[in-house]
Amino acid sequence: MSLPIRSLATLPLGVHAVVRAVHSSRAIARRLMELGLVPGTRVQVTRVAPLGDPLELHVRNYALSIRRADALSIEIDEPLS
Amino acid sequence: MTAASGAVAPAEPERARVPAAARAVVLVAGNPNSGKSTLFNALTGSDVKVSNYPGVTVTRTTAVVELDGIGPVDLVDLPGTYSLTARSQDEQVAVDAVLGRAGMRPDAVLIVADATALGRALYLAGEIIDTGARVVIALNMVDEARAQRLAIDEARLATDLGVPVVPIVARARQGLDQLRQALADALNTPTQVPRTVTLPPLAERDVASLAAVVRRELPGLGHATRAWTTWALLSIDDAPPDELVSVPAAVRTAAHQIRRAAMRDGRNLDLEIIGARYERVDRMVSQAVRPPDRPAPRWTDRIDAVLTHRVAGILVFGAVMLALFQALFSWSEPAIALIERLVALAQGGVSAVLPAGPLRDLLVDGVIAGVGNVIVFVPQIALLFLFIGVMEDAGYLARVAFVIDRVMGAVGLHGKSFVPMLSGFSCAVPAVMATRTLENRTDRLLTMMVLPLMSCSARLPIYVLIIATVFGPAARIGGFISAGAVALFAMYALSVTAALTAAAVLRRTVLTGPRPTLLLELPPYRWPVASVLARTTWRQVRSFLVDAGTIILALTIVMWALLNFPKHSDPGADVGAQVRASVAGRIGHLMEPALEPLGLDWRVGIGILGAFSAREVFVSTLGIVFDISDADETNQPLREKLGAAAKADGTRLFTPASGLALMVFFVLACQCMSTVAVVRRESGSWRWPLFMFGYQTVLAYVSALVVYQVGKALGFGA
Ligand SMILES: Nc1nc2c(ncn2[C@@H]2O[C@H](COP(=O)(O)OP(=O)(O)OP(=O)(O)O)[C@@H](O)[C@H]2O)c(=O)[nH]1
Repeated sequence: MSLPIRSLATLPLGVHAVVRAVHSSRAIARRLMELGLVPGTRVQVTRVAPLGDPLELHVRNYALSIRRADALSIEIDEPLS
Repeated sequence: MTAASGAVAPAEPERARVPAAARAVVLVAGNPNSGKSTLFNALTGSDVKVSNYPGVTVTRTTAVVELDGIGPVDLVDLPGTYSLTARSQDEQVAVDAVLGRAGMRPDAVLIVADATALGRALYLAGEIIDTGARVVIALNMVDEARAQRLAIDEARLATDLGVPVVPIVARARQGLDQLRQALADALNTPTQVPRTVTLPPLAERDVASLAAVVRRELPGLGHATRAWTTWALLSIDDAPPDELVSVPAAVRTAAHQIRRAAMRDGRNLDLEIIGARYERVDRMVSQAVRPPDRPAPRWTDRIDAVLTHRVAGILVFGAVMLALFQALFSWSEPAIALIERLVALAQGGVSAVLPAGPLRDLLVDGVIAGVGNVIVFVPQIALLFLFIGVMEDAGYLARVAFVIDRVMGAVGLHGKSFVPMLSGFSCAVPAVMATRTLENRTDRLLTMMVLPLMSCSARLPIYVLIIATVFGPAARIGGFISAGAVALFAMYALSVTAALTAAAVLRRTVLTGPRPTLLLELPPYRWPVASVLARTTWRQVRSFLVDAGTIILALTIVMWALLNFPKHSDPGADVGAQVRASVAGRIGHLMEPALEPLGLDWRVGIGILGAFSAREVFVSTLGIVFDISDADETNQPLREKLGAAAKADGTRLFTPASGLALMVFFVLACQCMSTVAVVRRESGSWRWPLFMFGYQTVLAYVSALVVYQVGKALGFGA
């Protein structure tokens, strides 16, 4: 599995982006999508945990925390300005 | 346990009691944190029945609610979930209940939806509506939605979904009358063929071909066939074995083939199904919800700026955990002391009225001691769950996991494992129960398996006694550091290292499975509600008393019998002589060849056996074996006697090497039947507690062996 060009893990804090694809393993991808991270969804990284991992996302008007490793396999479109 | 008929419902006296079997069953489903428990408590009386789904550890809470024109109805609380997809037996239980395969087709499903996270809630609602069940949606937390300036058009939502939507504030008990009415109305209408979501054409074709197999294999599903088929396509894993039960092999095979064919064509069936559902959700949300023109200030963000701050966040985290620690260690102390005094009082009372003999001994040392062994845990369990309850309801528990996940994740644990592990320093029994906050079964089992390695407070007296015996207050390392202090510190360090290492090893060997991860919702901060807290805490205590308590009581009686039978040939023999002649004494002798390489002898063996009923018993058992009555760890004669004790070959029994070996044994061994009992209860079978006991015993023995032999070689064996 090659890394997507632009992943959620590289999105600067506070910047909005749109999910393009979820490249995680099946179980995790399924769960991430069920939680609302389907392609086309607006997402934002709002915070990083004090020890550098995990991240806090803002998606569909709620806060979801995932590990950097999982954020890495979420491909996003160019950030929205 | 009486059936739900014992529940106190405000029944009108003239209405005939409807027998339980004929009562309608309403399932309560919803996302975690949607306010399900709050609503459940608000709708039902105080008498709630907590049991397990047959065969699994998912707790099932049932209560009776009275509906106008219908009469009493059984309300069944399902575990909070984001979807119906199941990856384990436990989760499948909830799914089967909704789909009507658990021998219990629901008459209706009450879905609790968080109005502020409507999209996610409607995803689950869509899955449930598709099953053809009668559905009522309780749109909860409309107060928070209002505060966020979200305008929600419930009527529009109800039309689009085809089910009634009732706005409520569960916490303030607003909207409950309308909700009850909507439920009663729903129960009075016939079920209809569900308006299911339309999938992309190719996915529709896949579902249709699997549905043909499902209809053949599971003819009873009726309206729910399509929903069940979609469920199977999403849930059945590509790489068996998954834990899903009662999925016919033909369905499995067909699902695999369909998925494989789709993959070959470059399609992602999961995405097609989930995507189509979210498309429908997005359409509905965009029509029914008007987002605020300017965002309302969010308290949660401001609080999080401190509580998850790089520096302040960690300081607060440390302070809160310290408080938890302090509560478990000190605040529970007076209550525990009181319980112990009452047990002693009861024992004294029975001893005074009954004539000496086996019956009196059974009652005093078996039954009453056993009951004492059970209720002595209640203060710590209650405190821990109260603490966890406050943190959970306030929203801080999720932040604890957020802050510490990096550390726990490094050894394959979950951020939410932290609080149970920390509680393990106090006592493994409540700590094992605290793993209930972990949703994922593998994460939960892993935490349970390593938790007993955390050095609990009951081990402390043992360390204190042995350290005092073998090192003495004057022993110094490097001239000024007390050797005893170093030894004590080393035991705690060993305990933490062992627990984390064991987690890492077990995760790679026994508890493998999909790559562990963290998908954690961070709910907004809220004020906890005292009445809900009191009730949930009581439920935890009660489930401990009923389920684990009975096992602990039985094991205490068994231990008592082992230590007291057969009777010494001389009825006037003192306790020490009796114990030495008992089964336990003989087992102690039999253990001697195994204990000898650790530098220990059979007398310590009896102590280790006795400690199984409760570790602190080790000290008093040693006291009995060495003929000192009422010994505690600070007892000077006991220390002197132990210090002077010689083995059969005349050498000293307790040397720095053998003392350390014994302490290491106690750090690592699962020397506690209450822990075994509670793991049995929480894991649902004897397999896991026996595995835990086995690996810890081997680990403890081998480590103690190494410590003694190395210590002896270095000259500390005399
Ligand atoms: N503002 C507001 N808060 C609510 C409402 N209903 C529940 N809460 C709070 O939301 C939090 C979560 O409620 P619970 O009842 O524990 O939620 P749950 O769905 O049972 O959560 P799990 O036990 O995790 O499944 C608690 O702090 C409640 O006090 C409501 O209508 N408005």
